[in-house]
Amino acid sequence: MALVSMTVNGKPVSGEVEGRTLLVQFIRENLNLTGTHVGCDTSQCGACVIHMNGKAVKACTTLALQAEGSTITTIEGLAKGDELHPVQKAFKENHGLQCGFCTPGMIMTAVDMIDRIPDLDEETVRAELEGNICRCTGYQNIVKSILDAAETTPA
Amino acid sequence: MSTTGIGQAVRRKEDKRFITGAGRYTDDLNRPGQTYAYFLRSPHAHAKINGIDLTEAVAAPGVVSIFTGSDVAADGLGGLICGWTVHSKDGSEMKAGAHPILAEDTVRYVGDHVAMVVAETYAEAKSAAELIAMDYEVFDAASDVGSAQLGGAPQVHAEAPNNTSFDWELGNKPETEAAFKKAAHIVKLDLTNNRLIPNAMEPRAAIADYDSGTDEYTLWTTSQNPHVARLVLSAFVGVAPEHKLRVIAPDVGGGFGSKIFIYAEETACAWASAKIKRPIKWTAERSESFLSDAHGRDHVSHAELAVAEDGTFLGLHVQTKANLGAYLSTFASSVPTYLYGTLLSGQYAFPAIYVEVDGVFTHTAPVDAYRGAGRPEATYLIERIVETAARELGYDPAELRRKNFVRSFPHQTPVIMNYDIGDYDASLDKALALIDYDGFPTRKTEAEKRGKKRGIGFSTYIEACGLAPSAAVGSLGAGVGLWESAEVQVAPTGKVEVFTGAHSHGQGHETTFAQLVCERIGVPIEDVEIIHGDTGRVQFGMGTYGSRSGSVGMSALANALDKIEAKAKKIAAHLMEADAGDIELKDGVFTVAGTDKELAWAELALGAYTAHGFPTAEIEPGLKENAFYDPLNFTFPSGCHICEVEIDPDTGVTQIANFVAVDDFGVIVNPMIVEGQVQGGIAQGIGQALFEAAHYDETGQLITGSFMDYCMPRADDLPDFNLGFTQTDCPSNPMGMKGCGEAGAIASPPAVINAVTDALGVRDIKMPATPARVWAALAAPSLAAE
Repeated sequence: MALVSMTVNGKPVSGEVEGRTLLVQFIRENLNLTGTHVGCDTSQCGACVIHMNGKAVKACTTLALQAEGSTITTIEGLAKGDELHPVQKAFKENHGLQCGFCTPGMIMTAVDMIDRIPDLDEETVRAELEGNICRCTGYQNIVKSILDAAETTPA
Repeated sequence: MSTTGIGQAVRRKEDKRFITGAGRYTDDLNRPGQTYAYFLRSPHAHAKINGIDLTEAVAAPGVVSIFTGSDVAADGLGGLICGWTVHSKDGSEMKAGAHPILAEDTVRYVGDHVAMVVAETYAEAKSAAELIAMDYEVFDAASDVGSAQLGGAPQVHAEAPNNTSFDWELGNKPETEAAFKKAAHIVKLDLTNNRLIPNAMEPRAAIADYDSGTDEYTLWTTSQNPHVARLVLSAFVGVAPEHKLRVIAPDVGGGFGSKIFIYAEETACAWASAKIKRPIKWTAERSESFLSDAHGRDHVSHAELAVAEDGTFLGLHVQTKANLGAYLSTFASSVPTYLYGTLLSGQYAFPAIYVEVDGVFTHTAPVDAYRGAGRPEATYLIERIVETAARELGYDPAELRRKNFVRSFPHQTPVIMNYDIGDYDASLDKALALIDYDGFPTRKTEAEKRGKKRGIGFSTYIEACGLAPSAAVGSLGAGVGLWESAEVQVAPTGKVEVFTGAHSHGQGHETTFAQLVCERIGVPIEDVEIIHGDTGRVQFGMGTYGSRSGSVGMSALANALDKIEAKAKKIAAHLMEADAGDIELKDGVFTVAGTDKELAWAELALGAYTAHGFPTAEIEPGLKENAFYDPLNFTFPSGCHICEVEIDPDTGVTQIANFVAVDDFGVIVNPMIVEGQVQGGIAQGIGQALFEAAHYDETGQLITGSFMDYCMPRADDLPDFNLGFTQTDCPSNPMGMKGCGEAGAIASPPAVINAVTDALGVRDIKMPATPARVWAALAAPSLAAE
């Protein structure tokens, strides 16, 4: 076991983990932040996407120890108090979710995408969603939500 | 008009928790003192277990206990059941071997459950499982439905000779034979309906907690129908008496049928939690989902269509081999029979149909209902052969369909179903307009100039939802009734709680059911709470599948609201000193006709509970009513999907250039949610047509066992879909609703494959039409169907 420390959603946290403990396990089990989901075991589905030092990463393919000293944002840290993030609002407004299981990963991916890429268009959004699988929506309203949020987010 | 009533695109009440990470799925829950289960699974498709040596494993760090099939047998637990009995042509019941919770002496598919290791942590349970020494005697496997019935094929169950569970028939054989004798043309087609893996994004999971003080079990599990799970676990498996078992399906991350069924894992967790007197938690890894969730489809069929000189359909003869997998899953026998054969008439006025289905065991994962369940297989068959007939007999595919449409309702088909209402011309016309059918030749020519092959394909589908009048399904072999219940509890403050037996795992019931309450009572939608998925709170229910929650579940709610309104008006009459017949309820206010008297909903509710103002000998205090609604008929959603594809002949890649879906779902409660259901269904249907396939090799190994090998549709594989609606209200339920959950997955695969074959100029191509298959078809059209 080793001690790992990081900042999660603005709060310094630390915990004892095994070398094999994944970041997603640390987030879900040690910190009880269960909004980050595990949908596969091959780094394909993207239900576990979080932000590490400002970049979207898959927490199922990152060891907790690799996150030592880093700054993490999970879906629980996205809203400012009761004020939802524009991407969260857009997903609700555009029916960008059904069962909700892939949604946290989709939203974290979308926030990162909007941050990185100016003037998003549909083709780019669809290509950028390569690493996130949704089984419910057929993606149409997810794409719509992201484009909507991109328009309303100040550059 | 209410902004939250019927027909409004109300934004979903449930979204807040899902977009903030506050959803509570089974794996998000923990119980004090919980242990973790890991299931050791068979790596062989077919083997005899000569021995299991647990010596090293039980001594491993953290291990609490290890259970095997002999422990389950020693406790006298029943096996898993199939709740629908079908009969063979000779009248005999379907044949099946036992379906033990943990394998006893034989394993029958890769992923079959051999042992449950319970430990302090999941990692310890998994590590200990590696120390279990299994002594297997490995045999050949029957992994292919097409050859499993042949002499010499390895046998799955001694009880089912030739791996045949049943040879079922429906329709009229002599009449169909006579129709073929009269036919001017007979169109023949061999079709494969590819095997799929449902892949809800949330893997299956369970936590079982046994209270030794009260002998009560609580099971949180990923279920579409927790009451049915409780019934099966108590009445058939014998885990606990029904009144001592509470099953809770909290937030569930998609189901698509795969979470209807009662599986070994949650059963074993519930049973073993009493053995070790500690909670047990299990969550599937995705690779376990691939191996052990019930798969879907997997038919091999031969179809013949008899057509008169003038294009009239005279008869249809279908022979199908349906893969059941290694064991009969919960509703496995109904899917390729009564949910399949009964839909083969499509939208057409067939005088005669005869269908024969062999239910075939193989050494593969059990096969059961997956979005559409039997109806996609029927629709694929009929819409592929009709399109083929149009091409071969020189008809426009739209016009040959139109020539044979049912136009008079009610319409009795030769295969049980009695279509109540529909307007197939309307949906076809609207779809033709939306796709600009007249402009297709121009688009094709334009595509050719760019070196692309463009094709168009139709699917005019019908399906049957609601599942269905209880007596009707009982007469066909169902072991359950298919009604739904609803309970409405008005609190003294006027807030409304609805307890429904339907279960939402993405469908948005917390919004749509509340819309019905808003429509009827006029309270704000924030004042309505929809409670579902907990046998400890909801009286009883049959759950959500078969696109039934609206037409059956909301009909039950409508009936309960009738009772609430009737009682409330009686109380209001006393409180307002008027005749009950003069009381009106609108927008949350009671009025007396012809007067200016008013009573707000909340005042009435309080009055009902203070019970000061009405004779309680006549009217009971309180305001709570329930209803059980049994449907009078199946409902029959229908419509027309048209797909245009463009194929790159150099790469074999198929692009969906345009996809139009026009559906008739009757009354629509929330168009935003309905469109979402259609979009998701079409994506799954396109997935079946172009991307997805579960492949077993000849030894019974699943070679598409991860998202790296099983091609799920991704965002960049799909376009936006163009949706339209027509409406004929369902006459058999108080909501006028038909059901929208499965139509997309039912209708779309033949539209896509009809478009692909049109573009390629081939008779058939197997699903999924991958770039490799398409490229091969272009290289050698005669091999397209291989």
